[in-house]
Amino acid sequence: MSDVNSVILLVVILLNFFTLGSARLVACIRAVALQGALLALLPVTVHGFSGHSLILALGAFTLKGLFIPWLLLRAIREVRIRREMEPLIGLVPTLFLGVLATVAAFLFADRLPLLLEHQEGLLVPASLATMLTGFLLLMTRRKAITQVVGYLILENGIFVFGVLLSTAMPLVVEAGVLLDLLVAVFVMGIVLNQINREFATINTERLSALKE
Amino acid sequence: MIAHLLLHLLVLLLFAPLLPGVIARTKARFAGRQGPPLLQPYYDLLRLWRKGFVLSRTTTWVFSAGPVVGLVVPLLAALLLPFGALSAPLSFEGDLILFVYLFALARFFTAAAALDTGSSFEGMGAAREVTFSCLAEPTLMFALLVLAKLSGGLSLQTLFGAHLPAAWGSGAGPALGLILVCLFVVLLVENSRIPFDDPNTHLELTMIHEVMVLDHSGPAFGMILYGAALKLMVLGSLLVRLALPWNSGFWLFDLLIYLGGLLLLAVLIGVVESVMARLRLVRVPQVLIGTSLVSVFALVLVLR
Amino acid sequence: MLVALILLPLLPAALSLVLPWYQLRSWLLPATGAAHLGLVLLMAGGAPPTPHSWIGLDALSRLVLLVTSLLFLGCAFYAVDYLAMRRDRGNRVMVPCLLVFLSAMTLAISARHLGLLWVAVETTTLVSAPLIYFNRNRLSIEATWKYLLLCSVGIALAMLGLMFVGYSALGGGAAASLHFDWLLERAPSLSRPWLHAGFVFLLVGFGTKVGLAPLHSWKPDAYGEAPALVGALLSGGLTSVSFLAILRAMQLMSAAGDQLMARQALVGLGLLSLLLAAVFMVRQPDIKRMLAYSSVEHMGILALGVGIGGLATFGALLHLINNALTKGCLFLTAGNIQRAFASKHLSEVRGALSVLPLSGGLFLAGFLAITGAPPFGPFLSEFTILRGLFAADRPFIAAAFLLLLAVIFIGMGATVLAATQGEAGEPPGRFKDRLLLVAPPLVMLLLVLGLGLYLPEPLRQLLEAGAHLLEVRS
Repeated sequence: MSDVNSVILLVVILLNFFTLGSARLVACIRAVALQGALLALLPVTVHGFSGHSLILALGAFTLKGLFIPWLLLRAIREVRIRREMEPLIGLVPTLFLGVLATVAAFLFADRLPLLLEHQEGLLVPASLATMLTGFLLLMTRRKAITQVVGYLILENGIFVFGVLLSTAMPLVVEAGVLLDLLVAVFVMGIVLNQINREFATINTERLSALKE
Repeated sequence: MIAHLLLHLLVLLLFAPLLPGVIARTKARFAGRQGPPLLQPYYDLLRLWRKGFVLSRTTTWVFSAGPVVGLVVPLLAALLLPFGALSAPLSFEGDLILFVYLFALARFFTAAAALDTGSSFEGMGAAREVTFSCLAEPTLMFALLVLAKLSGGLSLQTLFGAHLPAAWGSGAGPALGLILVCLFVVLLVENSRIPFDDPNTHLELTMIHEVMVLDHSGPAFGMILYGAALKLMVLGSLLVRLALPWNSGFWLFDLLIYLGGLLLLAVLIGVVESVMARLRLVRVPQVLIGTSLVSVFALVLVLR
Repeated sequence: MLVALILLPLLPAALSLVLPWYQLRSWLLPATGAAHLGLVLLMAGGAPPTPHSWIGLDALSRLVLLVTSLLFLGCAFYAVDYLAMRRDRGNRVMVPCLLVFLSAMTLAISARHLGLLWVAVETTTLVSAPLIYFNRNRLSIEATWKYLLLCSVGIALAMLGLMFVGYSALGGGAAASLHFDWLLERAPSLSRPWLHAGFVFLLVGFGTKVGLAPLHSWKPDAYGEAPALVGALLSGGLTSVSFLAILRAMQLMSAAGDQLMARQALVGLGLLSLLLAAVFMVRQPDIKRMLAYSSVEHMGILALGVGIGGLATFGALLHLINNALTKGCLFLTAGNIQRAFASKHLSEVRGALSVLPLSGGLFLAGFLAITGAPPFGPFLSEFTILRGLFAADRPFIAAAFLLLLAVIFIGMGATVLAATQGEAGEPPGRFKDRLLLVAPPLVMLLLVLGLGLYLPEPLRQLLEAGAHLLEVRS
């Protein structure tokens, strides 16, 4: 099973790189969808088949893999935006930063006082790397929708870490996590629409009337 | 020793032109055409060999040296490389650096020959070629470093030694998978394949490699074509050995596995060329930097 | 009983969705608020929570619950007249959102399970987003976007912090749980590095919600653009609730015997908040943004007080009440002033005292109260914190504290005086003080005044019990 985990996590990390390096919003959203769908497999591959892990996997798959990407794709269809035109830092430099962050995550994860059963495997470093990628996207992109994508990647990273704990944490909380994520994106989607209606663009760059 | 060396070269020289033939056939099949015969590249080489030269008066010896170096370098490089389970005739510590820089040498001469014509058109091709290959080089280096770390040695013979099947099964498997992909990209770039370059295009805007060899004719052009085929086979050998690392113990059988792997690779390239569109020129460096970074990441994976 | 309290606002919320009468829908708010406050007062006594309970009330949560409920009731009365004035915007979204917001805050306050606490706090974020967006213009959408994005990221980090805390409990081999009382019991055996990391992330995550510097940047925008009563609820209620979440993390650290690190972090963030608030409050031309920075400042004071410990903790808890009520008064009156002048910018707001004698006067008095002028409550609580600072032998921090308070007093004074004094330039609009728009801030201010003059014995006991919870148990 650990091989399957490694492959899943590796693809997740590669998808991080892809989202950092891609200017096409549709491609970014698809990548996040794929990432979410792959992560949804983790509870099962890590903890084996059980009612609990199956429910978690199914829930994560429907939300992260299907529903939220569908929402986002619909949103960009409505606002007719295809590309991240001018990121704050260019695509290639962010990609560099992303790889640096990933390398740092791997080095850092080696120093963490993990439990014995978590020391091998990519779960912890991949989670850290994914979170850092999410932050990077949140900070360097200007389109509201790419920021949402960054937020989703951040959540994905947290989810990976949560898999370590999913047997220890009661189901209620996880359900809350998934649900909140859903609602957050939903609300953000509505706001996005409003931004578009008011500004005729979803550049958050224009959202700068309020400042000192 | 001599027999071994001769066998190595013989396999290379005889088999290499088949690969472009297979690629062309695959692409033809995808397009629903009959396609040229598999042995067409051999006929082409023979035909070109019988033709005469046309040399521009403005060129010097550099212009003629380009194709020669382009042909000799893959031959030399092949001597350092094990073909499948067949060991390399020449092997010493650190030969992987020589391997990488032999290709750099060939590129230098090809580019120099292109510049020697004094045509701005060829100069543009040379500039593009050099840019892209200098971006592809780190990927190759990092990939070889990953293998070096896994094997503990610094010669290509040890890099592709018998430890590979075990390495695939161990924790290094994901890293090997990554560099396999990276090496495939390098192969496509170095051999001017879609999606990075199109060997069949004659549009000024998109040509990279092809533009550099426009002025060569007859046997010189034949040497270039032959050299390209050899290069494809040599670089392909890296991939095939990495993907099919088993030793059966019987040399003929090993050779068959290896050659079969190469044919599969050629089919794969044909498929990639058929289903993908050519990348825009500005995207190529981004993709190459991306693969370099991925190979760095693979290195981190095995180092940790 | 507690469950009833949490669910209580949901029924009118559902009702408000189907009621066809505008005015009646507005009146649901004070009715629910009154019932809520009544129930809270009824539950003044009660058993402490048990190790595996999901919800329960201890001294800290009683305190915050009381404050929140009081503030909500005040804002609810205000809302009736406010919504009557804003018929163009409707109340179909506002009323249910406010009620669900109350329910979520109650849940967050009473949660004894960290996961539940997290879910409740996240719900408050989501429900308050439509409230901030009430005015539906460009500025309010910008504010809402920043609020949502920053708070969501903050809350995601808090989630990570929770996971780290959970991981720290995983070592023993037994099943870990995020039940707060269970964690408190086991605190000394938790894995230290993970607990520390968890605390830091909880502090950063919930600190974003609280609006501690440097994570406060959503606050001026959101408070500035939201309707006044939403600003009041956010700055008095939601920040207190989120601060309670930080106090929970602090409690955990105390129980584990690592109080020092937690305190240093809180003191650092507190001082930074004070400093940043002081910088931005000087020459602030926008009265609502000024109030937002004042909120950053007072959150800083709270963090500082709890960080110092001892007497200062008591002062900080008292200050939590004072701040919530005074901020309520200030925001509500600032809303009135904004409505009268159709602006909240000093370039247009002049002579509020002559135009709106009641609101203007209350605003001025509220300013005196919040900046710590005697005899109002904040004076007493800030003075207690100062005494705590000297008792803890931190004279330099005390000096910095005093200096920053002075700067803030001057900065805020310049803005408030400019807004209230002088001649009203243009003929103001038709807006006049109405009973329900003035009575709630007046009552809040009177309460604050009362707290400054006399601290009732039961409240003092509650504060002491709360402060005791935050001290080292050894």
